[in-house]
Amino acid sequence: MLAPAETQLPQLPAPFARWFALRGWEPRAHQLALIEHAACGDSVLLVAPTGGGKTLAGFLPSLIELSALPSRRKASLHTLYISPLKALAVDVLRNLETPVAEMGLPIRIETRTGDTPPSRRLRQRHVPPDILLTTPEQFALLLANRDPRQLFASVRAVVLDELHAFHNTKRGDLLALGLARLAHLAPGHRRIGLSATVADPAPLQRYLVPQRSGKEDHASLVMGASGAQPEVSISTSDSYVPWAGHLAIHAMPDVMNAIRASKTALVFVNTRSQAERTFQHLWQLNEENLPIALHHGSLAPEQRRKVEAAMTRGDLRAVVCTSTLDLGIDWGAVDRVICIGAPKGAARLVQRIGRANHRLDEPSRALLVPANRFEVLECEAARDAVLAGELDGEQLRKGGLDVLAQHVMGVACAAPFDANALYNEITSAAPYRMLSRKDFDDAVDFVATGGYALKRYDRYAKLRRTPEGLWRLAHPRLAQAYRLNVGVIIEEPMLDVRMQAKGRPTGAGGRVLGRLEEYFLEQLVPGDTFVFAGQVLEFRGIRETSAFVTRSSETEAHIPSYMGGKFPLSTFLAGRVREMLADPRAWGRLPFPVGEWLRIQDGRSVIPLPGQLLVETFPRGSREFLLCYPFEGRLAHQTLGMLLTRRLERLRMRPLGFSANEYALAIWGLRDMGGLDMGKLFDEDMLGDDLDAWLAESALYKRTFRNCAIIAGLIQRRQPGTEKTGRQVTFSSDLIYDVLRAHEPDHILLRATTEDAATGLLDIARLGGMLARVKGQIVTKRLNRVSPLAVPALLEISKEMVAGEAHEDLLHEAEEELVKEAMRIA
Amino acid sequence: MRDIHIDVNGETLLLDAAGALYWPAERTLVFSDLHFEKGSAYARSGQMLPPYDTRETLARMEEQVARYAPARVIALGDSFHDRDAAHRLDGHERAILLRLGRSAEWIWIAGNHDPEPPDWLGGRVSDEVAIGGLVFRHEPSPAGTAGEVCGHLHPCKSLTRRGRNLRRRCFVSDGSRLVMPAFGAYAGGLDVRDSAVRMLFGKSFLAYLLGARRVYAVAG
Repeated sequence: MLAPAETQLPQLPAPFARWFALRGWEPRAHQLALIEHAACGDSVLLVAPTGGGKTLAGFLPSLIELSALPSRRKASLHTLYISPLKALAVDVLRNLETPVAEMGLPIRIETRTGDTPPSRRLRQRHVPPDILLTTPEQFALLLANRDPRQLFASVRAVVLDELHAFHNTKRGDLLALGLARLAHLAPGHRRIGLSATVADPAPLQRYLVPQRSGKEDHASLVMGASGAQPEVSISTSDSYVPWAGHLAIHAMPDVMNAIRASKTALVFVNTRSQAERTFQHLWQLNEENLPIALHHGSLAPEQRRKVEAAMTRGDLRAVVCTSTLDLGIDWGAVDRVICIGAPKGAARLVQRIGRANHRLDEPSRALLVPANRFEVLECEAARDAVLAGELDGEQLRKGGLDVLAQHVMGVACAAPFDANALYNEITSAAPYRMLSRKDFDDAVDFVATGGYALKRYDRYAKLRRTPEGLWRLAHPRLAQAYRLNVGVIIEEPMLDVRMQAKGRPTGAGGRVLGRLEEYFLEQLVPGDTFVFAGQVLEFRGIRETSAFVTRSSETEAHIPSYMGGKFPLSTFLAGRVREMLADPRAWGRLPFPVGEWLRIQDGRSVIPLPGQLLVETFPRGSREFLLCYPFEGRLAHQTLGMLLTRRLERLRMRPLGFSANEYALAIWGLRDMGGLDMGKLFDEDMLGDDLDAWLAESALYKRTFRNCAIIAGLIQRRQPGTEKTGRQVTFSSDLIYDVLRAHEPDHILLRATTEDAATGLLDIARLGGMLARVKGQIVTKRLNRVSPLAVPALLEISKEMVAGEAHEDLLHEAEEELVKEAMRIA
Repeated sequence: MRDIHIDVNGETLLLDAAGALYWPAERTLVFSDLHFEKGSAYARSGQMLPPYDTRETLARMEEQVARYAPARVIALGDSFHDRDAAHRLDGHERAILLRLGRSAEWIWIAGNHDPEPPDWLGGRVSDEVAIGGLVFRHEPSPAGTAGEVCGHLHPCKSLTRRGRNLRRRCFVSDGSRLVMPAFGAYAGGLDVRDSAVRMLFGKSFLAYLLGARRVYAVAG
C-alpha cells in the first residue's frame, strides 16, 4: 500500500513518503519547497504561523540528506540547529526523535546547552552527532575552541529557529558574527531560518546570507499557508471601565469564566508582579479549585519545570504567565489565550494567540482584557490589526560594538587572526554590514589594551602582534576568562529569595522560592510584605546573596510591586490608536464609559488628529500642569519628561516633577506654562546638549553602560576560580562610568552605550521620530481645569522627579525625617 | 554650606562633601583609602578599567588642599592599592604627588593594602598617630578606643525615597569615634548595615552622606 502515496509525493524519498502516509499526513507545500531549495544549496527563510509543521520543515532536508549516507560513516556534524531557548532545543529533540525512530534512520541527534555535562561536551567535540541542537552562546563557545574547523568543517546546513524573536537583538548580533565565522570554516553550507509571521521579512532574509559590500543579498523566501482567522474577543463592561491601573481586577470574574469555559487556558500578563497579583485574584474566585498555576522567569527552575510538566500532561486548566511562555514550546492542549492588559504590539498578540491550538485549520481563540480606558483603545486597535493581517515593523538596530568586542576576543581564543581578513568577515554579517573600519579597529584595540588614549596598559595587553602581523592571545588563561563570561544576556543583579519557618533566626537556611532583583529587595525593611511565588511574604532581611522571608498571615501586601519585563507600545499600534481616537465614528463600538469620556474631551478640550500632538495646560490644586499625548510608550515619554523639565527649568517655569505612562506625559510646576511657545519647547534640538547633560547622571544610562561593559569584557562577572556577585559589579561600573566620561567621553564603550540607549531603556530614537513628526503639528489648549484625557496620567503619578535636583532633594528629605524625629516631644 | 561640623571625642571636625575631613584647630586635612592604581591592578588581571583613576583622585585631593591650605595632611592608609602600585604611577602623577608632599607636613598611615608606603613620597610613615583627643589609624580597633578616626571600611549608605534608591559614600560616627569614607575614585563601598559597621557602633550612630554640594546627616 505504499505506491499511491509515492506517486503523489514525487520529491520525498521512499521511507519519508511511507512515514507521512502511515501517519495519514501529506507533506505541506512549504515543506516540499524547502527540500527543493536545499537540493540546490540555497539558503531560505520560512515564514509560517505556529502549527504549520515549521520545525519538521526545517529538518526534513537534513534528514533526507543524512538518510542517503552510508550508515557506517565517520562521525561528523552535518546540521547545526540554533534556538534562542534551551528548552526549545530539548523540545525539538523530542519531536525529531519520533520520526527518526519510526523511519529507522541511522541519525544521531543531540542537544548541547548550559546543562550538558562536561564529559558529554568534550565527547561531542571529538565524536559529534549528525545533528546538534544548541543555543547562540554554546555556538560561540564552540567557535572559540582551539581548531573549531575540526568540528565545523563538515557542516552542510544550519537551522535557525524563532529567528524573528532575536535577529534584531544583541544575541542576534552574537549569532550573526558566529555564522560569519562558520562561513569560512564550512564554506558552502546552506541556512534555513524559521520565523513567525513578520511585517517585513527582508531583514531576516539578509540576516541569513553573507553580505557583500555595495549590495544587499537576500535568502529565498518561502511562505507557509496562513492559518484560520483567529477569534479575538475583548472583555468589556458598559458600566465600569477603570481610569488607570494595570491589574484589571474588575474583569477577574470574566477571566475566571473564560477559564471555566476552556480546556486549558494560558493567561498572559505583561509583568511578573502582575502575574503574581492576577494569580492571587483568580484563586480568590476559584470556588471549584480548578488547577490554576503560575509561571514566570523569577520562580525557581524546579518550580517552573513542575508547572511545565503538569501542563504537558494536561493536568492544568490555566497557567498565569509572562512572556516566558511567548515562544516555542508546544503545549498541545491549550485552547484559549487570555491577555490581561494591552498587548503593546500586534506581532506580540499574534504570537500569543498562536499559543492556543497548534492546528492550522482551527481558529485560535483569544480574549483580550483591557485594564483601563486607554487600553480599551489599544486592544481594539490590536484586534483590528490582527484581523487585517497587519503587523508592527521594527526598527533595525546596528550590530552592537560591545558584542563585537566579545566576538573579537573569542576569535583570538581560537587562533591568531589577521585584522583585514576579520574585518571583511565581520562586515559580511548583516548587522555589521555598515561597520566602519575605525569602529572595528577601536574594538580590537579595546580588547587588546582597553583602547584608551592614555596608553598605560600595553604591558598587560590581552592581544599582541606576532612578527607576521597577526593578533594573538597573550596568555591561554585569558581564554578561560572569555569562556566563563561568554554571552550577551545580562541580568539585573539578583538575590535568592529563601523561605524560612517563623521564629528561626534570619539567615539560617530555607528553601529557595526564586530570584528577585536586588534593587527591589534592598528598598524593603524587615516587616514589609510583598507578593511573590503566589503568596504574601514578609521580608526579614538580606544576608550575603539571599533575601530571607517568612510566610505572612496578611492577604494584601504593603509593597505593591517589583519591576518585571515591560514592553513599550509599538509604534505601529500607537499609530492605529491615534487614528481610532481621532475618528468619532469608531467610538460607537467602544464601551459606553469610554465613548462618553472621549465625547466630553471633545467638547471641553480637543481630540487631536492622528498627525497632531495635543498639549494641554491647566491649574490644579496649587500646581500648574502641562499634559501632552504622544502615544510613544512609557520609555520615550520618560526621556521626554526628563528633557522637557530641564528646558522648563531654564525658562524659569519651576517644574516640580513629571509622570509618564504609555500614552501621555504630565509635567507640573509652580508657573502657568500655557503661554510658552510649544513649537520651541518641543523642538528636536533638545536631543543635543540637553540630552547629553542629562545622560551624565541618568541611572538608566548607567545601567545601559554596565551591560555594555560586561558584554564587552571590561568587567568580568566571573573569573576563573571566583565569581563576583552582581552587587559588586553594579557599584564599580558606576565608578568606571564617572571616570571614563570625565576623561574620555568618546571611548568606544560610551559610543556603544549611546547606541544602545537610543533603542533601549531611553528609547531616544523613537522620541526623535516623534519630535520630527509633530513639527508644526502641535495643538495647544489652555484649560481652567483638568481635562478628561488627562485623568489617567494624573492618576499614575510615577514618582519621577526633576533630574539632578531630585537626588539632592531625596537626601534632604531623609535628613528632615531625622530632624523631625529628634524634635518630636513625647 | 558644603561642609558640616561635628564633635568627635570633644574635638570639632569639619566633614567636607568631597569626602575629606578637616580639623581646623590642628589645620589638619585627612584623606582615607585613596587606592592609587586600583585600575591598573585590575588591568593586570585582564579587566582594562579606564586608567584615569589615580589622576582623578589626585585632582580631587589638590582641590581640597587648595581649599583648606592645611599645615598637615594625613593619608589614613590604603593609599596605594597594592605593594607594587607606586611603581605603576607615571611621571605626571608622581609630580603631582611630590608637589602635594611639599605643600604640608604629610603623614602616611600604613594600611593593609600598603603596609610599606614608598619612601620617596616625603613626609613620614606610621602605623598610627595621636594628636590632641584623636588617634588616627587605618583599621578600627575592635576594643573601640574613644577618639579613634579610621578608614578601611569604605562605608556607604543606601536610601530609598519615593521609589528611588540611591547610594552614597558616608562618614559614620557616634560622637566618640569616626569612620571615614574612601576617597579613591575606584574604591568600592560597604553598606553601613553590614555587621562590620554594626559591631563598631551598635545601633545608634549617624551616617553623614556625601551629596553633590553638601553633607547630609541621616540616622544609621
